[in-house]
Amino acid sequence: MQALKQSQPSGELSFARSDNSTLVVRLAGDWHLRRGLPEPDLVLKQLDTAPKPVRLTFDAAGLGDWDSGLLTFLMGVSEICHKRNLPADWSPLPEGVRGLIQLAEAVPEKLGARHEASHATFIEELGQATILYARGLQEFLRFLGEVAIAFAMLCVGKARFRRVDLMIAIQDCGASAFGIITLVSFLVGVILAFMGAVQLQQFGAAIYVADLVGIAMSRDMGAMMTAIIMAGRTGAAFAAQLGSMKVTQEIDALTTMGISPLEFLVLPRVLALFLMIPLLCVYADCLGVAGGAFVGATMLHISVGTYIRETANAVTLTEILGGVFKAAVYGVIIGVAGCLRGFQCGDSSSAVGDAATSAVVTGIVYVIVACGMFAFIFNLLGL
Amino acid sequence: MATTPSSIKSSDGKRLSRVKFPKEGPPPITVKNLTMAYGTFVLMKDINFTVNHGDIFIIMGGSGSGKSTLLRHLLGLIVPAEGEVWYGDFNFTRGEPLEREAMLRYFGVLYQSGALWNSMTLAENVGLPLGEFTDLSDAEIREVAALKLALVGLKGFEDYYPSQISGGMKKRAGLARAIALDPEILFFDEPSSGLDPISSRLLDDLILELRDNLGATIVVVSHELASIFAIGNNSVFLDAESRAMIAHGDPKDLLAHCTDQRVKTFLTRGGKDADKSARNHG
Ligand SMILES: Nc1ncnc2c1ncn2[C@@H]1O[C@H](COP(=O)(O)OP(=O)(O)O)[C@@H](O)[C@H]1O
Ligand SMILES: [Mg+2]
Repeated sequence: MQALKQSQPSGELSFARSDNSTLVVRLAGDWHLRRGLPEPDLVLKQLDTAPKPVRLTFDAAGLGDWDSGLLTFLMGVSEICHKRNLPADWSPLPEGVRGLIQLAEAVPEKLGARHEASHATFIEELGQATILYARGLQEFLRFLGEVAIAFAMLCVGKARFRRVDLMIAIQDCGASAFGIITLVSFLVGVILAFMGAVQLQQFGAAIYVADLVGIAMSRDMGAMMTAIIMAGRTGAAFAAQLGSMKVTQEIDALTTMGISPLEFLVLPRVLALFLMIPLLCVYADCLGVAGGAFVGATMLHISVGTYIRETANAVTLTEILGGVFKAAVYGVIIGVAGCLRGFQCGDSSSAVGDAATSAVVTGIVYVIVACGMFAFIFNLLGL
Repeated sequence: MATTPSSIKSSDGKRLSRVKFPKEGPPPITVKNLTMAYGTFVLMKDINFTVNHGDIFIIMGGSGSGKSTLLRHLLGLIVPAEGEVWYGDFNFTRGEPLEREAMLRYFGVLYQSGALWNSMTLAENVGLPLGEFTDLSDAEIREVAALKLALVGLKGFEDYYPSQISGGMKKRAGLARAIALDPEILFFDEPSSGLDPISSRLLDDLILELRDNLGATIVVVSHELASIFAIGNNSVFLDAESRAMIAHGDPKDLLAHCTDQRVKTFLTRGGKDADKSARNHG
């Protein structure tokens, strides 16, 4: 290693004038990539010093070993010559060098193929991001509208999809989600109960933990936790399924067969989520209460019977139905976000992963926005 | 391909009637001044050609020249930046959505990777369009699907899922689906890519059989020279660099008479991509 570092200097570059109008670029020594390269700009400088050369040639008599390092340098020189319209005589170079340079230049650069590096200011980037976000919302709403139309078509018996697809989707976002919903909801109930217990015990009002957990779960937390789990589980799965169908042209195949992918693929999925999420939400509510009762029984010495009775007193049907309604809306949002991201998927397999990620993010963000709007509206309605 | 389909007939055993694009009518496909673009990036300008009845029309060109894109334009999957695609005397580009959809009924498409629906068996794949566009009962649909699969040499594979069969078989199954509705125009995107030479020969034979027995007009995207000369009787050549179609006609005539160096190199260079051969004179 040591020897390499202090080895011979990299390729030597010097200049001479053969007559007043010709610049001779003299290449000597070994040109190796790993030893660094001289800048083609040195040539540029020479071209600008009077007397200005109108021709360029090479002297490679002292040239030793070379690799892509030399080629990279020469490509730079060649580009300068092209730009300045300066004729260059490449013939003194070794044949291998000439061959490779010719190969590299044989196919002219495709115009528009190179991506311009963008040098946007912070304000510009902020503006672009905002516009993109607004456009994303607009696309989401348009897609939501299309799904609504397809749903209306379904109601009048005009939309077509395979019943088995609906069944599979229902199983996917119903029964299969039970385990994780059970675990998470129970723990959310436990956490809520703990948080309440610490405060309420100070006032000797530990029994009100039941009210707290019951109302929190049925109003918001049940629907919310279910929605977040389903966004990660099912929304991502929808995006991945449709995305890979896009990549393999299966969606094109549907379209060119005159079958609407919206009806055939999106409708059963969104419908399944719309139908199953409310059920999961009720289930999550119950599990949350169970979690609270567990804390009550083990820490606060409230019997399960008392706890349940207190919960039943505190929670009204309106609250439960409100929560279920929210869950249904979240279900539609997650389903639509998942399918939309799947449709927008690019043409490569890595794009499928991006689509899934983006579906989860979109789903959760819109669910939380909707949750905020519900809080506001329910408050206005005095519910 | 185990069984060579020597007698492709319509489902009811009679010779198929070509109702949408009768032989006396205008040419099945006419492309007028088509400009293809992705956003602001113009891929090809001023494409004009006609595909006649019973043609096997080849779209050729180097990779990245826009062959698949042209096919997507023909199928209405992309709206042209300019120009129109006509089917018979129907303006497909500007037509009413419902009429366009009705036109799709007469097309069959084989995508590059087969594009079978993975959640369905082969019989269901082939049967889906039948269920959508005919009044056949489920049992009849299955029967027709089995016939179509048999035509492409997949007898007995009705209940297999796409993940259980090989790449070449997927292509043939895709072909069975494409011919499910006895289409009058068939589109193939690189049918022989990824196939071994024998399978690809057999697929060529199958395409010829389909043309002769179904009376279909066929558009094929291909850069496989052997297959271009074996089946094509008309073609366009797309050139990425000049963003234009630089030749149009029977590939064999082009080989004999075309003076354009780019076309000549392509047609004489054993299947290599044109951009590669362009280097050698450029
Ligand atoms: N969805 C797309 N968006 C932007 N550019 C694309 C897209 N698809 C293809 N292209 C570009 O269009 C050109 C032609 O692609 P394609 O039609 O697939 O070529 P071919 O089938 O002839 O190999 C390529 O240069 C590719 O970069
Ligand atoms: Mg292609």
